[in-house]
Amino acid sequence: MVEFSINNINVKAENGMTILDAAKSVGIDIPTLCHMKDLFPTGACRMCVVEVDGMRGLTPSCAFPVAEGMVVQTNSPRVRRARKTIVELLIENHPQDCLICVRNKNCELQDLSEKYAIREHRFAGEKKNHAIDISSPSIERDPAKCILCGRCVRTCNEIQKIGAIDFTNRGFRSNVTTPYNKGLNVSDCILCGQCILACPTAALREKSHSKEVINALTNKDKYCIVQIAPAVRASLGEEYNLPIGTNVTGQIVTGLRRLGFRKVFDTNFAADLTIMEESTELINRITSSGVLPMFTSCCPGWVKFVEQNNPEILNHISTCKSPHEMEGALLKTYYAKKMGLQPENIFVVSIMPCTVKKYESDRPELTEENMPDVDAVLTVRELVRIFNMAGIDFNGLPEDEFDNPLGVSTGAAAIFGTSGGVMEAALRTAYSKLTNQILPTLELNDLRGMSGVKEASIIINGKQINVAVVNGIGNVREIVKDVQEGKSKYHFIEVMACPGGCINGGGQPIHQKPEKIKKRMDVLYNIDTKSSIRMSHENPIVLKIYDEFFGEPNSLEAHRILHTSYIDRKSILRNNA
Amino acid sequence: MKSFLEIQFKNQYHSPETPKSDFLIKCSNPSLSPTQDNELNKYVAELKHEKHEVPIIFIGADTSGLASGAGKVKLAIETELQKLNIDAKIVLTGGMGFGAIEPTVDIKLPNQDRIIYCEITYKDVPELLKTTLIDKRIYSKKVFGKYGKTEGSILNIYETPFFKNQKRVVLKNCGIIDPNYIDEYIVSDGFKALDKVLRNMKPLDVVNEIIESGLRGRGGGGFPTGLKWKLANAKISENKYIVCNADEGDPGAFMDRSVLEGDPFNVVEGMIIGGYAIGADFGYIYCRAEYPLAIQKLENAISECKRYGLLGENILDSGFKFDLKIKKGAGAFVCGEETALIASIEGKRGMPKPRPPYPSDSGLFGKPTVINNVETFANISNIINNGSKWFAGIGTEKSKGTKVFALSGKIKNSGLVEVPMGISLRQIVFDIGGGIPDDKKFKAVQIGGPSGGCLPDAVLDTPVDYESLKQVGAMMGSGGFVVMDERTCMVDVAKFFLTFIQNESCGKCVPCREGTKRMLEIIERITKSYSKEESKADVLQRFKGVIHLQRLAEVIKDTSLCGLGQSAPNPVLSGLQYFREEYESHIYDRVCESHVCKELLTYKIETDLCSGCGLCERKCPNEAIVGEKKHPHFIIESKCIKCGMCVDTCRFDAISVN
Repeated sequence: MVEFSINNINVKAENGMTILDAAKSVGIDIPTLCHMKDLFPTGACRMCVVEVDGMRGLTPSCAFPVAEGMVVQTNSPRVRRARKTIVELLIENHPQDCLICVRNKNCELQDLSEKYAIREHRFAGEKKNHAIDISSPSIERDPAKCILCGRCVRTCNEIQKIGAIDFTNRGFRSNVTTPYNKGLNVSDCILCGQCILACPTAALREKSHSKEVINALTNKDKYCIVQIAPAVRASLGEEYNLPIGTNVTGQIVTGLRRLGFRKVFDTNFAADLTIMEESTELINRITSSGVLPMFTSCCPGWVKFVEQNNPEILNHISTCKSPHEMEGALLKTYYAKKMGLQPENIFVVSIMPCTVKKYESDRPELTEENMPDVDAVLTVRELVRIFNMAGIDFNGLPEDEFDNPLGVSTGAAAIFGTSGGVMEAALRTAYSKLTNQILPTLELNDLRGMSGVKEASIIINGKQINVAVVNGIGNVREIVKDVQEGKSKYHFIEVMACPGGCINGGGQPIHQKPEKIKKRMDVLYNIDTKSSIRMSHENPIVLKIYDEFFGEPNSLEAHRILHTSYIDRKSILRNNA
Repeated sequence: MKSFLEIQFKNQYHSPETPKSDFLIKCSNPSLSPTQDNELNKYVAELKHEKHEVPIIFIGADTSGLASGAGKVKLAIETELQKLNIDAKIVLTGGMGFGAIEPTVDIKLPNQDRIIYCEITYKDVPELLKTTLIDKRIYSKKVFGKYGKTEGSILNIYETPFFKNQKRVVLKNCGIIDPNYIDEYIVSDGFKALDKVLRNMKPLDVVNEIIESGLRGRGGGGFPTGLKWKLANAKISENKYIVCNADEGDPGAFMDRSVLEGDPFNVVEGMIIGGYAIGADFGYIYCRAEYPLAIQKLENAISECKRYGLLGENILDSGFKFDLKIKKGAGAFVCGEETALIASIEGKRGMPKPRPPYPSDSGLFGKPTVINNVETFANISNIINNGSKWFAGIGTEKSKGTKVFALSGKIKNSGLVEVPMGISLRQIVFDIGGGIPDDKKFKAVQIGGPSGGCLPDAVLDTPVDYESLKQVGAMMGSGGFVVMDERTCMVDVAKFFLTFIQNESCGKCVPCREGTKRMLEIIERITKSYSKEESKADVLQRFKGVIHLQRLAEVIKDTSLCGLGQSAPNPVLSGLQYFREEYESHIYDRVCESHVCKELLTYKIETDLCSGCGLCERKCPNEAIVGEKKHPHFIIESKCIKCGMCVDTCRFDAISVN
């Protein structure tokens, strides 16, 4: 412990703590831009500078450890002048288009401009001029809005360990871009969108599908059906200033109905269906000495990662479509038939916490009769914008129920939205199917939480089944390496590209509140515990569909509609690079 | 070529595989050699150029020598020798530092002193060789001085005005010995310090010796070298690194290059000693790729040291292991900053990191690392050999030893000078540098490169030491010393350095990346002519810029991440401090008194001087001059593009510039 003073307040802090954290602990706010919790400080933005007695210049509080007897001023005129100047400098090299910017009112630069009362342009001059990159189906990069804080670069390189973007050029010409400035679509990017969550401005943003959705909703020929992913209900309320961790399922359903969707379904239903298919596939692989370990396939970012980097292990990935694609496929086949609808008139919209899903819905493999399973994917943020435009007062909305039949789901499906959930749900079903018994404890706590790689073993019929859950694509390379070398001890591995799983997906509300992951997770686990049915194979509608349509899991028809195939993108990317 | 390895120890007494602790001692003391024959005595005398049969011709062939024509001179000498059928030995040395008189050729006849001839062009060669080698006379037309006693008008080199006030420690071998030849280095007291350290000193003794010497980093910051070593020495780690920063990038600085090209073994020796002191077993020399000759000399030095067992396992049977590698820099100025340099060696983008952690805690590859500048390492062997007391006896209270400066710009004796700390700037400019050429008035000296400041005549009596220079708004820097006369515009100088900084900023931190750009724009605006079409917004912008220039400069200095940004505003701040009236005349009077800022110039034809010849009218590219033949002409100001063609053309000096 060391004792020192900040703004004449005596503070006790742990050795090695930064001035920034120590100040926070006594209620002193220091603005930051480049700072990322738990990552080594880069000291790039200089927003967090403070005055430390005895130091020549101002000191970046994010990077400087406290010391005994230190005297710190965080709000002296010298500090304020420096911070204000830095904000001014950033603004002068930033488009002055806040009014028409997608991040208007949710922009850290705008906030700082307000905080430091910037009221004039004192240092106006040349602005940087880099081309916007709209090459990818999910993410837009607008370097003109980039303030070069480096958070996206560090997210991509240090957390996700993809390295699709980095700094290029020097000085005023510095830019964050893809290798050879070639466009995100031919980079190593897996479109996870974590960079968007990290970006303080609108330099990174999703490629919007709002227009397509609004057009479809106003088109009388289109039968618009919407589905929402499990993780969306746990986070959307944050955009309406509800406490983090508020479950807003009912309001979303009402809101979507008011937008004009004919049916509001739940992707959770398809999650149950996925478990039926995936657990059957797993059982088959285990019992008939198929290719093991098997990887989950619900995360398109993960699938894209393997296609781009390790196509040789594609046969380890379950052939199941991801849940929302299954739901879409079902809507355009089974449901259309049942309801007497023309599949080409059905417009399926998925509300997803994810940016990769936009790209996924474009995949030629995910179509039925040349029609995409899913026609448009909206992120949580886009849905909120549409709600706002439609005059929907979200907080005043009554709750409502999903439509039937594709709205019925179990607790197992709800936890798909968090890292470990797919595994937990699959094991519940696989165990029951193989043993005709229920897992002794349905909650597999070893598979919950934020560790990078979580593992567990369960004994099924005397055989030990080893499973692993990878949380965040940055943690996957070792596991993949073991699989490539045939050394993996696991039978089944779940991979979610985003840290924490879909509840922290790239399409989620953007803010830097650290408690968000845990609280959103809790929402999903609460839905599970409160559910009357907690195992996918007990979902009555799922059972009914097998009865009426597919026969049994992994049947020929089920394969045709619910399964997909993958391609080797490594050679394509490398040849184009 | 013979070498100590073969001559002295015929039966492979010493080799990298079978190291002997007394190898170096025996090299310099022939009497101790196991083969006590005359051959070794003769070899040592030969290496010292004491006894030789044929004339020796030394050519200063470092980069600056080559740039002024040493290559052609060498070729001419070779051809001429062949023509005259004279047997002579040609030795390519580094440069002795006096850039203004290069190329230099020293000629030493057997049993005579080595005479230095300067400004030798290939055209001089036949006469030079005929006079000296055949007629055995001094070629007095181009004689500069000599090594050995002064004879008449031929002064001992260290008594000539340029060298008289210098103290050569780091540069003591430069221009004298053959930088490729390890044996010549050994007989010039080379590796004596290493030998002493390995045989008689513990690592901590070495550290303490350096601390007591008071040596401070010569790269610019001035951090006590011994202290840096002590911090790294105290760290317990499996690996430690020692790094030599040879990424010399300041405009007008070439000290490190000359040392590396003239005496590379000295730097290597300093690094081995440093490695021993801190417990490192590996070192990197980070040298900019723009110094191919220096890299070549270093590569040779490293491979020779390996051949002699002075690098590698169990050096001189001491149990100490050390190896060296050269890492070529790709041309980024910021990579001279130590954390950026580390990143660059690691293969990452050269961007500085915040400190702590300091490199001595977690540097290269996360290991304790000491980074010192070339000149710092070049001092080490001298301190060990002569003792810390000797070193501490040179210089001022807080700045010990000598400092090498690269004199350039508007100064007569441009070149490298090594002066004791504490000497005044005035002495360097006028006594050593010989003052300003063309009888112009001294205006300022820019010291410390882009990070330094411009100092006017009023502070020229400032002594050269770290603190005093900082106090007057400059800094020691690595040793750039650019002299400016009345023809230099200080606003233009600030513009030059800001442009440099703009190009070289890594772009990581906001104040340096964005702030220096804005400063440059503000300065550019005040050196531009106002156009009539200028909008009110533009006028307001220019006005605001001037108002906030100082504030912006201070914030950049206060908040930048690394030394590059922190010192980037210095040229402007020192300009505002010492040459404020010049800035003001640019802003208020729209005049550049030094006639540098073209757009601010007005050309006028003095009617009483103009003969009406019409030459300027014909030369003017924009038809801005009108007039009747044999009558005074006039310049139409709105058409004048200020190219200056008319001034150059006029034979009657009738065109004045304001």
